[in-house]
Amino acid sequence: MSTLARPTATPTRRLAGEKPHLSERAKAERRLGWLLSAPAVAVLLLVAAYPILNAAYLSLFDYRLTDPGTRAFIWFKNYHVILTDNIWWSDLGTTLFITVVTVAAEFAIGFAFAMVMNKTFVGRGFLRTAILVPYAIITVVAAYAWQYAFANDTGFVDHWLGTNIDWFGGRWSALFVICLSEIWKTTPFVALLLLAGLAQVPGSLQEAAVVDGASWWQRLWRVTLPNMQGAIMVALLFRTVDAFRIFDNPFIMTGGSNGTETVSILAYRQTIGRTEIGLGSAMSILLFLGVSLICFIFIKLLRTDVGRVTNT
Amino acid sequence: MRTSGRARIGIGVAAIAIVVWALAPVMWIVSLSFKQGDDIDNQQFWPTHWSVENYKTVFQTSLFTSALRNSLGISLITTVISVVLAMFAAYAVSRLDFPGKRWVLVSALAVSVFPAISIATPLFNLWRSIGLYDTWAGLIIPYLALTLPLAMWTLTSFFRQIPRDLELAAQVDGATTWQAFRRILVPLAAPGVFTTAILAFFVAWNDFVFGITLTSTDRARPVPAALAFFSGASQFQQPTAAIAAASVVVTIPVVVLVMLFQRRIVAGLTNGAVKG
Repeated sequence: MSTLARPTATPTRRLAGEKPHLSERAKAERRLGWLLSAPAVAVLLLVAAYPILNAAYLSLFDYRLTDPGTRAFIWFKNYHVILTDNIWWSDLGTTLFITVVTVAAEFAIGFAFAMVMNKTFVGRGFLRTAILVPYAIITVVAAYAWQYAFANDTGFVDHWLGTNIDWFGGRWSALFVICLSEIWKTTPFVALLLLAGLAQVPGSLQEAAVVDGASWWQRLWRVTLPNMQGAIMVALLFRTVDAFRIFDNPFIMTGGSNGTETVSILAYRQTIGRTEIGLGSAMSILLFLGVSLICFIFIKLLRTDVGRVTNT
Repeated sequence: MRTSGRARIGIGVAAIAIVVWALAPVMWIVSLSFKQGDDIDNQQFWPTHWSVENYKTVFQTSLFTSALRNSLGISLITTVISVVLAMFAAYAVSRLDFPGKRWVLVSALAVSVFPAISIATPLFNLWRSIGLYDTWAGLIIPYLALTLPLAMWTLTSFFRQIPRDLELAAQVDGATTWQAFRRILVPLAAPGVFTTAILAFFVAWNDFVFGITLTSTDRARPVPAALAFFSGASQFQQPTAAIAAASVVVTIPVVVLVMLFQRRIVAGLTNGAVKG
């Protein structure tokens, strides 16, 4: 289109370099927008960004709460201490093991649940209520329920199985119960997300696939799953991050003994148990970096569309 | 698609299996809470003799009753603050045009992945120096890091579902943006706000990490942390059944909320994550 031919509707009062003119209404809207979001954003910065920056600062000190006189700036020595310690790597391994096992199981079971719920028409409300109970129950309560079920003295599991296993005496059997409790508690959330995703797969696509003679299995892999990919990736991201932070379950069941300690419990032990603020802060930062790395992998490498959540 | 009779029975059986799977551990803790004496170690699912003794014990234990009071107070205050703040932010993000609005939700998302223990460590140090350690405020503030992000995007997706035409019509009729917000949007959004409050309450009620790191006495210690420190009525009695009874007591409000509002809770949980 020729610039010359355009009718000059607005008088050219604007100077070069001046920002595009905003109407009074648009300006007021901008101000209101900032004004209304400011408190929430300010609180977020205060409760999350500030502590993390503070932790980053404290992590550079040799600082024990019970002995503040010897507080000294030691650069990255705390990180060196942690990263050269076997306990850190062993705990990280435990945490990653729990993360992988629970997230995989939650998705397999959650998807099966979603398929069943999608087809259930009688008692749908009851089913939904039942499945929400594990989601809403306090994690510590869930941990106790599972611990007491498997414990040798109070538990019925050994009796039912006809075995006599000291579940919390060994690393893998204890991790098994910890994972079981975690899976029980969080699968409902995954199932509900996947159910909502299932509802978004166009029925016409399914019908077309049936007409074309696709088997149930083929429809699942070629039609259903690809169309739910966005919802699945978002749910995977959230669950992975959440599982990586696992604390409550192993803390209650074993206290981290017998090789069941996770990195969150390790950080807790440094800060609260030993009041090693510097070392605990460094661990907090490493945990934070771990979570950031998981997010980076999901968002950049696996192209998870977080915009589904933040989309404006 | 049509479902054959046999498939329907299969689905019915699977649905029952899901219900059993979801409720069996809850039934177990309920059953354990009614056990007494030798029954506790009887290795059976059900008690041979039902007893309410454990419930009497927990309600006579100040560790538990004060924790219950703390948990209720702290969780409710946290819920109210986060829902009010989130309501303003969600309105701005879903209805107004302003530079940087994407960042409002991105920052909420970023905070929601923060490991709680990473926040607790520096706060443990800070709270001790400024006197917030072992106080309600000392827990409410970090709880906002858990509840506010959730409230912000749950509410934003609820607000987006409300047709904008109504507010625009009101504004054409001379209402200000504020009036359109207060008179039109708030009443329509009330169910969404209520649902968001329930979800935020669940999160605050569930917290354990801040509860055990930032408290030391029954002054502020919430229920999950108190459960971890529970001992029996006497030093020589094992706390198992008492913990079970306390667990049941704190699970009741959660189950009641779920029964009353299951449909809304599901909508609130899934809205943000699946709507494009």
